[in-house]
Amino acid sequence: MTKELTGNEIKSAINAKFNDLIISVEHDHLVIKNNKEKLLDFFNSLKKENKFNLLSSVTSVDYMSKFVVVYHLTSIDKNESLIIKIPCGESRKEPSIISVTSVWRGAELQEREIYDLMGIYFHDHPNMKRLLLWENFDGHPLRKDFVS
Amino acid sequence: MGPARDSFLFEIVYCHLSKDPSCDSVRYINLSFIPVELNWLSFSLTAFFWIFAFVNAALISVLMLIWGERRLIGKFQARLGPNRWGPLGLFTPIADAIKVMFKEDVEPTLSDKLIYVLAPILMVVPVFMIFPVIPYGAKSFLTNISVGVVFVLAITSINSLSVLMAGWASGNRFAIIGGIRAVAMLLSYEIPMGISAAGVVIIAGSLSLSEVVEAQIIPNAIFQPLGFLVFLVASTAELNRSPFDITEAESELVAGYMTDYSSMKFGLFYLGEFMATIASSAVIVTFYLSGWRGPSFLPIPGEFWFFAKWIGVIAIFIWFRATFPRLRIDQIMSLAWKGLFELSLINILVIALTMAIWPDPTSTQLLFMTGINWVVFLGSVYIFGKILSPNLTGNKIDKRKVIYGLD
Amino acid sequence: MSTELVTMNIGPIHPSTHGVFRMRVTFDGETIIDAEPIIGYLHRGSEKLAEERTYTQIVTLTDRMDYTASMTNNQAYILSVEKLAGIKPAERGVWLRMIAAELQRIAAHSVAIGFLINDLGAWHTPLLYLLREREKILELFEMMCGARITNSYLRPGGVFMDAPDEFWPSLNRFLDEMPERLNDIENLLTDNEIIVSRTQNVAVLNKEDAINASITGPMLRASGVDWDLRHRNPYDFYDKVSFRRPLGTVGDNNDRYLVRLQEIRESLKIIEQCLDLIEPGPIKPEEVPFLVRPGEGDSYVPIEAPKGELGFYLVSDGGISPFRCHVRAPSLMNLTLLRDMVIGYKIADLFVTFGSVDVNMGEVDR
Repeated sequence: MTKELTGNEIKSAINAKFNDLIISVEHDHLVIKNNKEKLLDFFNSLKKENKFNLLSSVTSVDYMSKFVVVYHLTSIDKNESLIIKIPCGESRKEPSIISVTSVWRGAELQEREIYDLMGIYFHDHPNMKRLLLWENFDGHPLRKDFVS
Repeated sequence: MGPARDSFLFEIVYCHLSKDPSCDSVRYINLSFIPVELNWLSFSLTAFFWIFAFVNAALISVLMLIWGERRLIGKFQARLGPNRWGPLGLFTPIADAIKVMFKEDVEPTLSDKLIYVLAPILMVVPVFMIFPVIPYGAKSFLTNISVGVVFVLAITSINSLSVLMAGWASGNRFAIIGGIRAVAMLLSYEIPMGISAAGVVIIAGSLSLSEVVEAQIIPNAIFQPLGFLVFLVASTAELNRSPFDITEAESELVAGYMTDYSSMKFGLFYLGEFMATIASSAVIVTFYLSGWRGPSFLPIPGEFWFFAKWIGVIAIFIWFRATFPRLRIDQIMSLAWKGLFELSLINILVIALTMAIWPDPTSTQLLFMTGINWVVFLGSVYIFGKILSPNLTGNKIDKRKVIYGLD
Repeated sequence: MSTELVTMNIGPIHPSTHGVFRMRVTFDGETIIDAEPIIGYLHRGSEKLAEERTYTQIVTLTDRMDYTASMTNNQAYILSVEKLAGIKPAERGVWLRMIAAELQRIAAHSVAIGFLINDLGAWHTPLLYLLREREKILELFEMMCGARITNSYLRPGGVFMDAPDEFWPSLNRFLDEMPERLNDIENLLTDNEIIVSRTQNVAVLNKEDAINASITGPMLRASGVDWDLRHRNPYDFYDKVSFRRPLGTVGDNNDRYLVRLQEIRESLKIIEQCLDLIEPGPIKPEEVPFLVRPGEGDSYVPIEAPKGELGFYLVSDGGISPFRCHVRAPSLMNLTLLRDMVIGYKIADLFVTFGSVDVNMGEVDR
């Protein structure tokens, strides 16, 4: 059975130097600051030190007040999974976050999908363009304020 | 009667027309009305009659083959095959032909118009020229040209030009890749085909197809199995049939060189391809399966044996198509140059040596030569199949099994 | 000799792109220099549509994602809803959906293998053999729920109707016949010289790259990683049945074919065990309302779909329809490395590799 880490377990598992990134500890996930400089280090250490080598899924939710990018990570070696949420784009204008493609290649298409449908820009992504919709499509359909 | 003296097919029409004294008047009801002075007229009429008959017979046999192939592949694939239109679906190819004729004839803007139109014609016409030289029976042939073997090999190689023309003229990238593949493949397979046919010529001591058949006391397929194998594989490749169908490669190139062809131009390619299958099967029967010769104690005419073997070889081609996946271009090329080419050389070497030792073999010597050929056949096929073929595949291969996850 | 590279658009309409997939491929002669997958031709906005449907209505949307494996799509979605709403499913319902899911896996793998061999150039023969078996499964589905492809069989808490009496003998007959049919297929294909030489050591994917690119399912197992969510994270009653996980040794196209073929055999075993363990009882708890209304929160339950890890990330705001529904589509993620896998190989290998990845455009584009 894959062990789903609780918020507290995730907090104790991660490297202590990233503690200042934590916004809050929820019962089944951590909420992390959208810090452009340290975020990639944080994910790198999750992958290297904590062996979370499989990025199950990256997705995003539009909560109107903010966008949240949700990472589901799995460790194949330890059979554990965790959830990390990163709020971004509080002002709803050009929300952006660092791309994790350099850590997990599996994020490549998912991040493009998020950019396409939710309009969150991923910095340092090798090929940041629309995935499903056509190039000059107006708007991002999965946003709650999208009017077709 | 002139040049076609031995041809029964020629004689039967000619002697009904001409008052030629060399005709055996006892055998024919004397209906002939054209005087000997107008012999050219009799010749021409005879020729026209047979051209008409052969072209139509070829076209009808293509329709039969289309039906037969679909029925047979249906059986191979555990389904019924065509069965709606006519008894056993026999009229399906006719419906198909009508459909093809009434399709819109598209000419792509980027195409090279003249070559685009010429290519399908060049595909079909040469194939018609093979049928008259095939001896269907001891005397049932239209003409017995003295260089029959060379003629057949030359005519069958024209279609590679047609394929290249079609691929080039379409101005389509799928088509040009198909055309280039065709030239590379068809030219390569000409060579083992020609060399293994040389083995047949050595046995017969003649290039005439009739004499090739007459020389086969033991059918060449049994006498020189190695040559038969090479020739069969090479003609499959020449016909663009599975597993060598890379020029049209449905799953890769859509339809290869004929991607942009429609209507009757496409129909001509289709026709040419099926007719080439029929013609090549006839050539294989003549070269290797002792043509019209059958068990002589049975009172059955040679034509029957020829047609029976003919249908058998066509069925083998259909069987190939239903069974084999396609080879990759590099594997096909290395099979031709590193496999079949050497095998055909070994074959011709052994045949030539044994013929040099026993130039005029008795029947025991013939059996002995067959034995030698079989030893060489099994040995070289083993060497090429087991030891050398892993090097022909282009990528490493091994015996593979899945392992299971441990609990 | 100066040569020119050729750039070709393969698809969206092409005999072997399995739907409306498009690749912009650059060739040097016959060798692939570059390949860029372009998708989105079948995008129907399922995730947006889900936001305005009730939880039960969304089941029909999931059918249309991976349309060769509707049952497992239903299963992934229903498991996520059950976790979100805290519904405890009825036992018989769970067994029924496990049987349905495993039958669906056999059907989906049959399609995958059949079309892979077709991409190799076999003239439909193995494909038709396998589709004949799939047809029997679809007939079983028809008995179970009245539909063949878009089943919508599962409901929160179980399934919507019990399998009829005539279903069980038919299923037993299928289980008896299938191993023999598989032997036929294996005799025809597994040691076939052409298939072996075309697929072995082509498009090799090693373990680390596969994991790093979030590749899951038979593709990951073909690379030798023992990661099957039915075994590592048993959902439903997969912890009560035993089965083996076939793993590849090299991670090439041949391994991907072999792994799928052996997984069919394991699925047959699972169904047999399910038949022993299933007992009469309700197929769905009485208390589950038609209009599921979970509390606020989110849930993600990954399952082992025929193509890989499939999961629905559902966010609820307490309403009757999800606030956000995201599909973790295995087909999409398995495409990530397609470009890297085919570069340097021949044109013909491109289609074989694409076939061995086994994507379904309905799921890629959603």
